[in-house]
Amino acid sequence: MNIFIDKFFANTTRFIAFGILLLVAWIFTVLFEHSLESIKAFGFLFITEDKWAPNLEKFGALPAIYGSVISTFLAMILAVPLAIGVAIFLSEIAHAKLKAPVGVSIELLAAIPSVVYGMWGLFYFVPIIRDIFGGVGISMLSAGIVLSVMILPFMAAITRDAMNTTPDILKESAYALGGTKWDVVKDIIIPYAKAGIIGSFILALGRAIGETMAVTFVMGNVHKISIDLTQPATSIPVTLANEFAEADSALYYSSLFELSLLLLVVSFTIISVAKFYFLRRKRVI
Amino acid sequence: MATIIEINKEKALEVKNFEFTYAGADTPSVKKLSMPVAKHNITALIGPSGCGKTTLLRSFNRMHDLYPNNKYSGEIIFKDRNILTSKEDLIKLRIQIGMIFQKPTAFPMSIFDNVAYGLKLQGIKNRTELSTRVEKALKDAAIWNEVKDRLKHDANGLSGGQQQRLCIARAVAVEPEVLLFDEPTSALDPISTAGIEELIVELRERVSIIIVTHNMQQAARVSDYTGFMYLGELVELGRTEEIFVTPKERLTEEYITGKFG
Repeated sequence: MNIFIDKFFANTTRFIAFGILLLVAWIFTVLFEHSLESIKAFGFLFITEDKWAPNLEKFGALPAIYGSVISTFLAMILAVPLAIGVAIFLSEIAHAKLKAPVGVSIELLAAIPSVVYGMWGLFYFVPIIRDIFGGVGISMLSAGIVLSVMILPFMAAITRDAMNTTPDILKESAYALGGTKWDVVKDIIIPYAKAGIIGSFILALGRAIGETMAVTFVMGNVHKISIDLTQPATSIPVTLANEFAEADSALYYSSLFELSLLLLVVSFTIISVAKFYFLRRKRVI
Repeated sequence: MATIIEINKEKALEVKNFEFTYAGADTPSVKKLSMPVAKHNITALIGPSGCGKTTLLRSFNRMHDLYPNNKYSGEIIFKDRNILTSKEDLIKLRIQIGMIFQKPTAFPMSIFDNVAYGLKLQGIKNRTELSTRVEKALKDAAIWNEVKDRLKHDANGLSGGQQQRLCIARAVAVEPEVLLFDEPTSALDPISTAGIEELIVELRERVSIIIVTHNMQQAARVSDYTGFMYLGELVELGRTEEIFVTPKERLTEEYITGKFG
């Protein structure tokens, strides 16, 4: 009887686990199937063409790709140094009494729904950007800043966890040679935790590139490549969020699906790299 | 109550009425302890787990200051000054009093950079000087022949015993006056242990050594003086052969004959 229960349990969990694999494959298939018409119509031109003109049945994804890349890049440039700073403070400098409350509030920040970041960005940040940099405020720059605020807590929390894996005895060895706190952070902790830190950046990158709601509020939806960061722009998820309702032709519809397929492949690749290459468990001293 | 031998030689360190209390603890972990440490000799500290020997050792280079709210009282005299005062420069102190830990602690960098690390912290940048001193330190730590062809390799590729000798090389490279060994062979196999012990005895020529060990035979093999600690107090300090052959205190005798531990 007990053997039967064990077998039943093993098979049920196995079925559920394989179900997840199937689900991923299924999503890929559906996206691919719906994209076929657009893939046939434009081929490789889809990602190099910079015109997105639904009334002319012309669909080029370059402006959306450009918007995704630049806004994510901006967000990373702003967030990476801050995240490292916060993580160093939390793992090495902060007093024990401060560590817990600040650590918890950072984790809470990471749990705020992105639509809230979007609204906050629209009503608070956008006017400030408009006053300082000009333009209409709704822009690539606003999107980059809101994204950076959004990924910062997540990055800081994982970076701190990675830094905390440095064995005390290793840090003490460096202090015992006459190292200062800064020497120990720079020469011991960061090199030791390097893989985990880079992994956290890549996960954050994956999150930023697929982020929809926060960016939709502050980026506008303009399919135009502009070097001027104060101009409104678009990104892949922003286009998807805005345009499905108005996709009136089969080709338009299919092109949106191809965009989402593109996004899925990119996110999938980024997260795989982070998981398999950087976030493997480290050998412990 | 304690029996502490008079040392007429020059002293590397002198502990006077020293007490140490960990943050949040009600009672001190080291109590009213006084002892001399002879220069260019090896002093071993033995005693059962929790007797305060490692706590005492980590006070000599103020390692406890890395964690908040630990309390010292009394004096530890080093080079005519009390190193327990708040105006002590801990960076300079730790260069003069080096430490080797329970486990090998190779830094995540090359073999060469590991040994050069302490020198670089002192601002030495000249490549020739660095490589001369690294080579000398590696020779002093009896590991030069094993690593001379792979100085640029990651130090974590070495065996445990080699890594521990690398850590000793790293510590002697900055030319300290005192070296503290905190159970340096507890993570090593018997052959590596023998190598490290031999090395410690040779190093006596250049530095004063204090070694904490849970292994009485090790204390008997390497040290000139042995101190027996129990419940935070120093019960007896004497010449090693006397401690092991004719201890003066009953507690010492009971410990070394294995009646408790």
